[in-house]
Amino acid sequence: MTRTRYARFPDQANRAHPQAVALTPTAVSERRSIFEPRLASLTQIGENRLAARTHHGTVSMNLHEYQAKAIFARMGVPIPSGSVAHSPDEAVAIAQKLGGALWVVKAQIHAGGRGKAGGVKLCRSPAEVRAAALALIGTRLRTHQSGPDGLPVSAVLVEGGSAIAREFYLSLLVDRSRECLSFIASPDGGVEIETVAEEHPDRIVTVPLPSAASGVPGYVVRILAGRLGLPRDLFPSFEKLLAGLQESLLTTDASLIEINPLIMTESGTLIALDAKVTLDDNALFRHPDLAALDDPSQRNPAEEEAERAGLNYVALDGDIACMVNGAGLAMATMDLIQLKGGQPANFLDVGGDATAGRVTQAFHLFRSNPKVRAIFVNIFGGIVRCDLIAEGLITAMREAAPKVPVIVRLEGTRAEEGRHLLSQSGLPIEAIAGLAEAAERAVQAAGGAA
Amino acid sequence: MSVLVDRETRVICQGFTGKQGTFHSEQAITYGTRLVGGVTPGRGGSRHLDRPVFDTVREAVAATDAQASLIFVPAPYAADSILEAADAGIELIVCITEHIPVLDMMRVKAALRSRPRTRLIGPNCPGIITPGACKMGIMPGSIHRRGRVGIVSRSGTLTYVAVHQTTEIGLGQTTCIGIGGDPIHGLGFIDCLALFEADPETEGIVLVGEIGGNDEEQAASYIRDHVTKPVVAYVAGVTAPAGKRMGHAGAIIAGGKGTAEDKYRAFDAAFVTTVRSPAEIGRAMSDRLKRR
Repeated sequence: MTRTRYARFPDQANRAHPQAVALTPTAVSERRSIFEPRLASLTQIGENRLAARTHHGTVSMNLHEYQAKAIFARMGVPIPSGSVAHSPDEAVAIAQKLGGALWVVKAQIHAGGRGKAGGVKLCRSPAEVRAAALALIGTRLRTHQSGPDGLPVSAVLVEGGSAIAREFYLSLLVDRSRECLSFIASPDGGVEIETVAEEHPDRIVTVPLPSAASGVPGYVVRILAGRLGLPRDLFPSFEKLLAGLQESLLTTDASLIEINPLIMTESGTLIALDAKVTLDDNALFRHPDLAALDDPSQRNPAEEEAERAGLNYVALDGDIACMVNGAGLAMATMDLIQLKGGQPANFLDVGGDATAGRVTQAFHLFRSNPKVRAIFVNIFGGIVRCDLIAEGLITAMREAAPKVPVIVRLEGTRAEEGRHLLSQSGLPIEAIAGLAEAAERAVQAAGGAA
Repeated sequence: MSVLVDRETRVICQGFTGKQGTFHSEQAITYGTRLVGGVTPGRGGSRHLDRPVFDTVREAVAATDAQASLIFVPAPYAADSILEAADAGIELIVCITEHIPVLDMMRVKAALRSRPRTRLIGPNCPGIITPGACKMGIMPGSIHRRGRVGIVSRSGTLTYVAVHQTTEIGLGQTTCIGIGGDPIHGLGFIDCLALFEADPETEGIVLVGEIGGNDEEQAASYIRDHVTKPVVAYVAGVTAPAGKRMGHAGAIIAGGKGTAEDKYRAFDAAFVTTVRSPAEIGRAMSDRLKRR
């Protein structure tokens, strides 16, 4: 019987490694390349979201799978035939146009783990396609990457089924430690690459590209193809695929392009069954067409509101709201609160100059969080004088009128004048000079050490 | 002594006549920086802040013999400005601009590899200051004091906290360098540690790190093998939650988690004095220097 499988199809998503290993028995014993990454100490992978938010260079915009595949198609990277649908009727029409007897309906959200979460459905009739689309469109899909509330599904990708012989992992990304582009490949496709890295680091190969110019050198193709165990007659089409990926990244200013899985079909062709493209926010000014693909519904509403106000905000679980100028100091302030026995309610960078407008916005954000029991404002006035910041704080507090204790630590240029203004304002503000003392007081005000 | 910049350093500003360039050039001149001119394409031949303006960096260098350039050019053009400064033979380029596309920085770093004498600080950084002598950046001059400690940091305002504490406790600074938070950047921790180790006036080094990447881990192993002076390290982000991941393959390649705990472990293993509270940086440095 022909074995037909689908990426992230529910009953396949949990499959263990031995199956994948069995598919490529020679891969393990392959000689180690000099490009082998240092993975021995790796236990868990993932730049966390906060790190990404606090380093401007890595702030990024994700594309939906169907948008990523449209880029692939333009650059000659082979993808399954298919199209995006926003309604069950549209999904059925696409399936009928595609023909065949097997379709895959995939929920379009900005998170991985869709297969396990029921967001990828295999259908054997147009009626099943309709049912799948009906079950997905307009719902929220919760995966292990989506957050507890899940993400809204407003579209599905309908594709024709492929007969899968083998699955691989392939990505191209900006390699910050080597300051170049690097390909990463593994013969263990269709499973999370973090899991592979943790359990079989020797089954991942990294190959840095010697130049940012177009063109993939022959040796890069050979190393990657060798690690995947591709038959020789596939090398030319694999080379074209790699070049297409490189063009995709360079022409869109992407920081990551990931195909998981890349498949070899039973008829011996390579197809990108899934596609993930992460764009560099900082380069969107030269790609208005890509900037228009942004889908704000895939982000946290509070964080979305903060972003519009020019605030860098990440919601957390604690009860002490923090308002700080500068991302590094904001993280340090959260650490200090925890060190004193409290829990921060958020990460919030109001910007180096902490203007009255943004400070007011921040107080409004805090009011909408019922968990907040104290507000800790930690501002280091550098070029911006503390007396001006104090005036902004007073204006903001008069307007937003927080109902919980506000502890303010002002330090830097004209800090004493600033503290004086705060204490003369008649507002319920405690102005404290010392960093540690102020954090302690905030923890106390929120109800003491947890 | 100090590192990289001193009273003699001849500085120009690229993006001189813009809002940021004007404001921070004024501050630098007031501080005593030897700012000898600036560059704004199309404004050559005019004067600004009582200094000459040039169309190109080459013209500015020919006329002023500038050795260092401070860049405030907007992000879309900033990479080009860095390359122009390098082309003109500028030895120290300090790029304050944030939001430069990462592929632009990748190309800049590839080009700088053939110019080992050119040093880049930043981008997306507060800059470099030698107290009382030369301020190239956006840091508040008033919190600094000439002294004994070298400071290197990935952060902006958090650097000022470390500076402020070392000033208050009476140590002062030799030079403070903000290397910036972008994934691809110029001078790193190791470059700065080497400079401070070689500087006879620097008695101790404060290193301020952050979560993400593995620069701190590499700095820790460099300190263990090459730095004899006392080092105090603080890493921000212990409480940073492991939430949604972005580009997980990026972390794979870094070969580590990049968490604050990992970084603290690396520093502890290198016998670096670590502090868990950002309020303890100054005191910890003072204690280390007393024990010497």
